[in-house]
Amino acid sequence: MTLDMQQFRQVFMDECAENLDIMEQELLALNPDSVDPETINTIFRAAHSIKGGAATFDFNTIASFTHVVETLLDEIRNNNIVLCAEHVDLFLKSEDHIRNLLEAAQQGEDLDPKLGDDLIKQLELCLDPDAEQLITKQEPVESSADIEVEAEQEWHISFAPHPEMLFSGNEPIRILRELQELCSEDEYHISVITEKVPDYDELDVEKCFLAWHILLPHSVELADIKECFDWVEDECDLKIEALNRMLDAEQVSNHCLKTDIPVKSEASSEEQSSEVAENLEQTTKDEKTVLASQAASAKEVANFIQKSKQNTAQSQISTANSSIRVDTQKIDTLINLVGELVITQSMLNQLGSDFTAEKLPRLRQGLDQLLSNTKELQESVLAIRMLPISFAFNRFPRLVRDLATKTEKKVELRVSGENTELDKTVMEQIVDPLVHLVRNSVDHGLESPEERIALGKEETGLVSLNAYHLGGNIIIEVSDDGKGLNKEVLWQKAIEKNLPEVKGKYIDDVDEQQIFELIFAAGFSTAQEVSDLSGRGVGMDVVKRNITNLGGIIDVVSKLGQGTTIRISLPLTLAILDGQLVKVGTEIFIIPLTAVLESVEVDSNKINIVSSGTELYRLRQENLPIISLAKTFMIEGANPTNESLLCVVEVMGQKVGLLVDELYSQQQVVIKSLESNYVKIDGFSGATILGDGSVSLILDVPGLVGHVLKNSHNQLNTSH
Amino acid sequence: MSEQQVKEELVISEFEGDEVSNESQFLSFTLANETYGVKILAVEEIRVWVTPTILPNSPSYIKGVINLRGMIVPVMDLRLRFGVGEASYTATTVVIILQTEKNNHRRQMGIVVDSVADVISIDPEQLEPAPDMRSYETGQFVENIVNIDARVMSVLNTDRLLELRL
Repeated sequence: MTLDMQQFRQVFMDECAENLDIMEQELLALNPDSVDPETINTIFRAAHSIKGGAATFDFNTIASFTHVVETLLDEIRNNNIVLCAEHVDLFLKSEDHIRNLLEAAQQGEDLDPKLGDDLIKQLELCLDPDAEQLITKQEPVESSADIEVEAEQEWHISFAPHPEMLFSGNEPIRILRELQELCSEDEYHISVITEKVPDYDELDVEKCFLAWHILLPHSVELADIKECFDWVEDECDLKIEALNRMLDAEQVSNHCLKTDIPVKSEASSEEQSSEVAENLEQTTKDEKTVLASQAASAKEVANFIQKSKQNTAQSQISTANSSIRVDTQKIDTLINLVGELVITQSMLNQLGSDFTAEKLPRLRQGLDQLLSNTKELQESVLAIRMLPISFAFNRFPRLVRDLATKTEKKVELRVSGENTELDKTVMEQIVDPLVHLVRNSVDHGLESPEERIALGKEETGLVSLNAYHLGGNIIIEVSDDGKGLNKEVLWQKAIEKNLPEVKGKYIDDVDEQQIFELIFAAGFSTAQEVSDLSGRGVGMDVVKRNITNLGGIIDVVSKLGQGTTIRISLPLTLAILDGQLVKVGTEIFIIPLTAVLESVEVDSNKINIVSSGTELYRLRQENLPIISLAKTFMIEGANPTNESLLCVVEVMGQKVGLLVDELYSQQQVVIKSLESNYVKIDGFSGATILGDGSVSLILDVPGLVGHVLKNSHNQLNTSH
Repeated sequence: MSEQQVKEELVISEFEGDEVSNESQFLSFTLANETYGVKILAVEEIRVWVTPTILPNSPSYIKGVINLRGMIVPVMDLRLRFGVGEASYTATTVVIILQTEKNNHRRQMGIVVDSVADVISIDPEQLEPAPDMRSYETGQFVENIVNIDARVMSVLNTDRLLELRL
């Protein structure tokens, strides 16, 4: 039976990524001063799983690299080595490296094994501190260490013919030539051992006194090597071992040093020795060139890897397969619900097959049951799309750690509410804005440790990430206890930038809050100017746009000298919204409840017509522009204005009254796309299916209001 | 051979016949007194007319959208689109749901016609290229014409028909 390993590969990849995440989290939680053995155990287990998995799936580079990491972890676990901060750094780097290897494997590429060499070397140093001195001494010939770590095993053959071998007609040189043919020229290393050669007067020309050490690459098959020695097996001392290259190289060079070019006696050996001498020279030369070329190629490789990484990153965006890992419990719930649904269905079926009037109560009961079944089912299905926000938050400890190192600040990250669940789509799109905000907090929000001490603050700055539910929304807060926003500086900057928001206004007339909002204005700040500005503003307009696209709201709270909090409010899910059903003529529309402020009956005395026919409605002290949905959508049979209702909505701080005939119920509706079978229609964000199976359109309030108020005559631009 | 067996074999052979000639089967329908046809493979289903939900600010031939098993599907009145006959809606008015696939994305749309006539098998060799009718509204959609007895059926290109440029 052939097992399709491919299908498990993705599982391995996912698991590996998870294990790496675990490693990272635990490493970041690790405090070298007081090591919790359980933490080390967890990291060890994660590394072990990765190694095991990688070996199973033939990702040998990952397996062997992880093995070294694991060995060091094991030593630490057994208290043979005391954990220090450098170890943590090293482990984090190793974790990155494994991640890269994994990515490469996923793309079906081979990452150059040399890339991990540096890390392996460092890891090995930690394992054996004595080696450190050795290596540091050898620093000038650093590249020789590179060879060591290239560490592919090699065949180490020691071939010592018995003195009588030549009598049997066997010629060692023939064997050596055969061996040479097994691999390419520069992989073939040979050295001669002349210890046994007797003094000249004792020399028997018909006997062989020489012995050889031969190095062959591991790619050569053992069987092939053995074949070469088939005829002489009984007439020589032969040892074939697979050894690490480093050892061999050392031995070879040792021999090189020891061996003078033999000026030997035997008839056949004369040839041999000259050949050997040649080989020796060749060997040393080769070794040098290999070293040089390796050093040079290392850089190229690094460059190439970086490039290919960028490529992979790009291709990953496009091919990102959107799978989702779901808690088994959620699936079990679903299966149970479907079971119940089936039971209810068969019960109703039975009722319907011979229905009489007295069975009506049972029918009602059945329908109630059906209702609750479907509701629960709906909730459970939606819950599948929900992921705890820790998916997004988990990357921040590392980010903050790296940023703190880079900016030479001391930062503590406090995360709370990481179990708050969020729709997967929202999650994916919220990560980048959050990264931006956190980076801003560390980079521009927090002061340097010196400044903080001078200000009487704790030396370590605090950045906190918090998520919680509020009403139908999810709130995510990014706050810091840094210097806060300085409204004078912000204002000055906005004036310099000639932003439309500040034109013709004076700082004293403007609300502090509105000044803070300037950081979200497009073109407020660019990267170069950040340093001379106390506030933030790097691409904050982009952050705001992203949040708005998700149907969310972003605002900023700040106190000079005490810190800044950016608060993001997001809808729970993009697939369902709370809607107000309204009737216009014969049609029913849905207005998202989040936009609706209130609804009032129209008093025609309060309608004023101002310039160019714009109707304004006096609601208490305010004058609201009126949009008649019937006119805008050209629906006939709507009530006259004075019998209508005014549904007051708010768009970007502006209140507008929508004229409708009647208000129906408020209910949750599932958003269905219009574009999938048709085209986008101005003024509508989608459609939904109502309880009676009919289709109803969902108003895109901001789009509608923006469109109508820009174009006079209350009509959308159409193309027919 | 019992009667039952004969019947079964008949059914089977008919079924097989369907399989083979799917490519060249067409659903014909009428608009006023004109006959049109679409490839049977492009037809999802045939439904009776239900009043759709109006799509504001759409061309007049887009009658609105309907709920097709949870999907929002637009309905186009082909009589208005082609300017043929009168657009009246009675209990016998039918909607043919057509589907096309483009870039791995399946689109569906309903077309309103006067009546569905028949499913016809046509030898591909019988199909004649359509005469140049670009000046007519229908011209761009008619791919072939074919003789059916005394009448001529215009075979529509459904992909082009469903591609809305609004």
